[in-house]
Amino acid sequence: MSERHPHTHRSPPQPDHPEPSSDYELLGVALNELLIEKRIYTAAEMRATIEQIESIDSSHGARVVARAWTDPDYKAELLADGFAAVEKLGLDPGYVELTVLENTPQVHNVVVCTLCSCYPRLMLGRPPVWYKSKAYRSRVVREPRAVLREFGTEIPKDVEVRVHDSTAELRYLVLPMRPANTDGLSEDELVELVTRDSMIGTALAEAPSVAS
Amino acid sequence: MPESSVMPRFATGARVRISARSEGRHHRVPSYAKGRIGVIERVCGAYDQPELIAYRCSGEPLQTLYRVQLNQEDLWSDYEGACNDTLEIEIFEHWLEPA
Repeated sequence: MSERHPHTHRSPPQPDHPEPSSDYELLGVALNELLIEKRIYTAAEMRATIEQIESIDSSHGARVVARAWTDPDYKAELLADGFAAVEKLGLDPGYVELTVLENTPQVHNVVVCTLCSCYPRLMLGRPPVWYKSKAYRSRVVREPRAVLREFGTEIPKDVEVRVHDSTAELRYLVLPMRPANTDGLSEDELVELVTRDSMIGTALAEAPSVAS
Repeated sequence: MPESSVMPRFATGARVRISARSEGRHHRVPSYAKGRIGVIERVCGAYDQPELIAYRCSGEPLQTLYRVQLNQEDLWSDYEGACNDTLEIEIFEHWLEPA
């Protein structure tokens, strides 16, 4: 084998995490360093907080949805007072109001925050990049059906598409419709069908895989 | 819903116009909704005002927050969806007037 074998087919290296470039990013870095230096909190506490925030995913929301699918009384409570109903399952509802929007055969709900990126983080984790993109925020209010189609979600014309612009104090969680042919499934099995996007409203809940 | 002694000016079902005024300072009314007529979907309760909190004020006096439902076809003249598609948005009372 030639020692001069050119590695032209080598894949390019992964780009490095970018250095802070904007004034706000630099301010954030400086503030964090100062607070650590002044012993307001420690670097370890900061690290643990970031790890805790990043450990939350959409499984919290999925548990709430699966319970609502199996327990009509719980569903009524959830729609009336999302905050209290989430607490009832031993989950942290956060500090803002949680409004649950029920999808029905007549209405399909989808959530956006056109002004920034308001999102039910304690139910769904950190928002996906597209949720914060200008394209999603500007287009889903103007042409929601076209945007949903790009997510692979086709809503029939006789179903009302209801867009919720989360502009102020409330956070929204979509309660997707329970998929067909799931009567025999346990609550834990139902949880697996509840995707993040189905609780934002850009998708439907997953269909169950065919039993073997 | 937060406990409050603030009396809501509008009831569920009332027709309202979202103010079209321009505002140089921080506020929570996107331009596409300004000047539009909708219906109060629900009264959300009274909240600190983000327009004041943004400038490190207390946020008081509390303002009643509503969810206003608008028809998509009223928002966009070239809307290509279904005629009963809607949009709901949170608007504070001082941005609303009877319509």
